[in-house]
Amino acid sequence: MIIADRKSLEEIQDMIKEYKKILLVGCKGCVTVCNVGGAKEVGVLAATLKIARKKDGNPIEIDEKTLERQCDPEYVEQIRDIFDQYDAVVSMACGVGPQFLSEAYPSQKFFPAVNTKFFGGAVQHGIWEERCAGCGTCVIHYYDGLCPIARCSKSLQHGPCGGSAGGKCEIAKDVECIWDTIVKKKMEQGRLEDLRTLRAPKDWQTARDGGPRKSIREELVQ
Amino acid sequence: MKSGSNLEKILRAGHFAFTGELGPPRGTNVAVVREKAKHLVGMVDAVNITDNQTAMVRMSSWAASLIAIEEGLEPNYQMVCRDRNRLAMQADILGASALGIRNMLCLSGDHQQFGDHPQAKGVFDIDSTQLIGMVKKMRDESKFLGGADIDEPPKIFIGGAANPFAEPHEWRVHRLAKKVRAGVDFVQTQCIYNMERMRQWVKESVDMGLTEKVYILAGVTPMKSVGMARYMQLKVPGMDVPNAIIKRLQGVDKKKVADEGIKIACEQIEEFKEMKGVAGVHLMPIEWEHKVPEIAERAKVLPRPVV
Repeated sequence: MIIADRKSLEEIQDMIKEYKKILLVGCKGCVTVCNVGGAKEVGVLAATLKIARKKDGNPIEIDEKTLERQCDPEYVEQIRDIFDQYDAVVSMACGVGPQFLSEAYPSQKFFPAVNTKFFGGAVQHGIWEERCAGCGTCVIHYYDGLCPIARCSKSLQHGPCGGSAGGKCEIAKDVECIWDTIVKKKMEQGRLEDLRTLRAPKDWQTARDGGPRKSIREELVQ
Repeated sequence: MKSGSNLEKILRAGHFAFTGELGPPRGTNVAVVREKAKHLVGMVDAVNITDNQTAMVRMSSWAASLIAIEEGLEPNYQMVCRDRNRLAMQADILGASALGIRNMLCLSGDHQQFGDHPQAKGVFDIDSTQLIGMVKKMRDESKFLGGADIDEPPKIFIGGAANPFAEPHEWRVHRLAKKVRAGVDFVQTQCIYNMERMRQWVKESVDMGLTEKVYILAGVTPMKSVGMARYMQLKVPGMDVPNAIIKRLQGVDKKKVADEGIKIACEQIEEFKEMKGVAGVHLMPIEWEHKVPEIAERAKVLPRPVV
């Protein structure tokens, strides 16, 4: 899923400093699962902002709404009747949400309350890690289900580099060297041969480098 | 001859090669490059010109390489995958070759988090093994990576790096094998302090038949102080400094530590001259270029052969 972190209170306060009445919109998708932008977090942020503004002698009115998903026009429609009652709308969804909202309601102003970070999952309660770089051409089968494109700091296809030590990456002691893990897994399985193949330079056209991407499923297009 | 470089000629003639290193300045101070170069002329067969080493901005490697040529040195032009995509790399390879650069060292590069521009976007379009393959394709097939024909291919002796000390150890020789298959002509190793591990890795390379296809130059960096040894042991990724080295440096009079460091380096070089599978030494005296003549003299690698 998409993992996000909430922006700092100061940054959010600064974005909305000139507004008196805002709508704070959460999302029941990924950001609910990673505890950053669901109904609960919408409530907490709304309360915090109201208290801070009241303390500054500049109270703000905040209404809360959490949509099924903000990346789906059908659910984005759920604020059609109310969107223009506010000075601005703050979205707690990933970067997709405020954009879908902006496109659906061109006359309103939208602000992001979170920083969208990566595709990953929870490795333990409260800790999420990156697993996929969305490069558009999955190659994890070459590396025993582990992705060096997303998880090697240099996206090496022929690792590990000389900076790998004690299973850790050269950039920081708390960063796993995924190449160390890949090689050890292959050695344990007696399949080191698999890693002897030379890999051609990656075709990045399917990644962001080919321009903004689109996925078309002909059978579903009406 | 693939490139006709001096380094290639020396190695092909079976001489024990001796290469040095020169870090470009953090500015346009050409005098610094010329001054460093003076100490190296006649002492080494080729000199590595580093490319934004440790991810710190410096004068470009090809520009400093041209200055080195003017000073009578043969450059080994380093290129890292961190700062350039395949278009920029191929353009610079053509330019370098056109202007007389004949050796290249293909590296991944220290991650940008190390340097003074950690905010930079790391390119890593291709990796060091793929860079080796790309230069080979340009040189031997006269083709760009994209497949189009090159009008006059570059003449480059292709180098790479090898680190016998990075982990997992068992994999290191296989990684060298991959670079050999990609087309590397010579490799220079990480600074060696753990001789036992080095002997093991070289033996594995010999046993796999790799040393018949690639020239291995052993990396040597004399320790200047106990502090430097400790720093390298603890802070430099991929470096393996045994405690015995530190103890030996601590065991001499403070004024003689640097001399002891050179003594250790010379002992290593003597062993490498005799080690089957090692074709030369790559000396990396960090900011100690003026000591190279003394080290070369004491290591008995002078005069350098003329081929």
